[in-house]
Amino acid sequence: MASVAGLPAGGTARVGPAAVGAAAGGLAPRGWVLRDRADRLSLRVDGRSVAVCGALLAVLAAVCVATMITGEYAVSPREVFDSLRGQGSAGTDFVVVTLRLPRLLTGLMVGAALAVSGAIFQTMTANPLGSPDIIGFTAGSATGAVVVILVLHGTVYETSLGAVAGGVVTAVAIYLLSFRRGVAGPRLILVGIGAAAMLTALNSYLITRATLGDAITAQTWLLGSLNRRGWDEVRPLAVAVAVLLPAAACYGRRMSMLTMGGDTAKALGVPVERSRLALLAVGAALASCATAAAGPIGFVALAAPQLARHLARSPGAALLPTALLGALLVASSDLAAQRAFAPTQLPVGVATNAVGGIYLVWLLSRQRRGL
Amino acid sequence: MAAEQTVLVPQLSGHADGRAREPADAPVWRPPRAAGLVLAFGLLAVVGMLSIAVGANHLPLSDVWRVLWHDDRSETAVIVHDLRVPRTLVGLVAGVGLGVGGALAQALTRNALADPGILGVNLGASAAVVAAVSFLGVTTPAGYVWFAMAGAAVAASAVYVLGATGRAAVAPERLVVAGAAFSAVLGAFTYGVAFLDHQTFDRLRFWDVGSLAGAGSSQLGALAPFAGVGLAVAFAIAGPLNAMALGDDAGHGLGVGLVRTRALGVLAIALLCGTATAAAGPITFVGLAVPHVARTICGPDQRWVIAYSAVLAPVLLLAADVLGRVVIAPAELEVGVVTAFVGAPVFIVLCRRARLGRL
Repeated sequence: MASVAGLPAGGTARVGPAAVGAAAGGLAPRGWVLRDRADRLSLRVDGRSVAVCGALLAVLAAVCVATMITGEYAVSPREVFDSLRGQGSAGTDFVVVTLRLPRLLTGLMVGAALAVSGAIFQTMTANPLGSPDIIGFTAGSATGAVVVILVLHGTVYETSLGAVAGGVVTAVAIYLLSFRRGVAGPRLILVGIGAAAMLTALNSYLITRATLGDAITAQTWLLGSLNRRGWDEVRPLAVAVAVLLPAAACYGRRMSMLTMGGDTAKALGVPVERSRLALLAVGAALASCATAAAGPIGFVALAAPQLARHLARSPGAALLPTALLGALLVASSDLAAQRAFAPTQLPVGVATNAVGGIYLVWLLSRQRRGL
Repeated sequence: MAAEQTVLVPQLSGHADGRAREPADAPVWRPPRAAGLVLAFGLLAVVGMLSIAVGANHLPLSDVWRVLWHDDRSETAVIVHDLRVPRTLVGLVAGVGLGVGGALAQALTRNALADPGILGVNLGASAAVVAAVSFLGVTTPAGYVWFAMAGAAVAASAVYVLGATGRAAVAPERLVVAGAAFSAVLGAFTYGVAFLDHQTFDRLRFWDVGSLAGAGSSQLGALAPFAGVGLAVAFAIAGPLNAMALGDDAGHGLGVGLVRTRALGVLAIALLCGTATAAAGPITFVGLAVPHVARTICGPDQRWVIAYSAVLAPVLLLAADVLGRVVIAPAELEVGVVTAFVGAPVFIVLCRRARLGRL
């Protein structure tokens, strides 16, 4: 139960080096601990997490293969492989390398970035609703993009720039507005909600004042879409994700200590305010890069950390399963969105909401029957 | 409104008793809560009069006052009686619904981030409106009203059944997660249909903003009783909610029927917010922010939080509506837009200044 609801168990964990990954109630750490002889380096390996990551990778691989070989123009797995090695025919090269691969890569990276960003914000705010879509960071990116689309009538590339700019400005504003001798979780959330309300109202206002055609363009972008994503979108996103995801992983340990409360974390040697700022910066950057690439895809940041925590039965945010699950959620939703109403391509955000929501409903109804 | 007045009276007298028993050196001094509530009522009366007096047509105040009591069917009287008074009443009913619904949602889920939308009410209403427009060809805003109401009720019931019943242990977080899951599915349906059907999207984008000028006024007489019943239920369960704030076990030990209180709470939210959403569209910020402001003023006692929310939310909504009428006159800004733009900065300043009221 608590795992789905996302209650941090850290509050009751035993204080000490072993408590970082310990299950609630002061139990010994799960899994095996690998150490070198002098005990300078150690690594805790949790069997269940490894199994979950393996399973997620397998499903993810299956979805990737399905995305590459199906569609209006069927391609056999061998032809895909040849194209990827640069030895395919011109036709399959175009379909595989120019159309399908960049779209798939964008989806995978956007999913992972959103999911990790969600895990960071949910842990920092100790609230299952504390995902970047709810506390204003995504709304800032959305406003930046909507202004570019509806007021400046910019291109797709300029829309992405607008999204990044809007996201960064909003994140800085929320941080400064909620800073008062440190950033406490509740105040950050409430200031973020206030900002989100204003930005969303601005978006709605702009959409009601636009022509129907412009409004549909803006609304499609607001739902989140991977249509016509090419290598121009993949490269900057890949650079951003390659920098930000390892940074998030580095701070993951500190993050689980921050869940024990500022005072406990300080006593354990964590520079609290600096870590919070760094985590917020990484989380906001991940969210706004993902939004710039594909629009504010809904529900991934909210649901992926919850589902990953449930699957891995981990007490805190498990970043690797979360990232894999986010990638899987977006990739499989995009596959469904492309094929469900073909040739009309639904925005991927509609599908992530449907897929993620139905999965969560199913999970809850299973628990309801006491399974 | 009648229901609100009668229910408030025992709360006021109950407070006088409660304060007499408080120790003289109470740790936190607060202004007398009853006086604050009277002040809030005064504010509501002022804003209500402003909403009748101010608009795109510049009518002399004396004329407005005269025709308000003597409907002589002159042009002024028609504007006042057929446009401004119904619009003000819609704002009042929607405000009470959103404020009290938000307070109940936060108390039931014990989550400061909860708003009525978290129980699926807003997106349930949106989904029903989209289905009515796209599949049944309903085109008049007055026709949306009952679909919105039914959608809100069905969504809230589904969230309740999934989140708060069954053999597994019931926790408030379950309600939140169930609400988020249903909202996601309903949102996917709403925006998926709107994406495939551009005519529907054209109507949805205007309904989605939230406005007091639209559908509600013609159906207000039929809608208000639902909100009245919801308000009565809200005050009836305020005491049990106070006990449940200590935790489910403590509440149970104090003799609260947990299942009954939760069921009644969801029923009240569905009635209150269903009415508000049907009358004025999905306005989100009011239901979330006003209970926070109320708790900052009156402390965590749910009876007072509900009373303050019931008065302060229509103040915010009506003030925003008046502002929206004058700021770009003769055109209008929708109330949903102005509410966020006026309310959010105030809310942010409050969050920085005040010690946040705990749930």
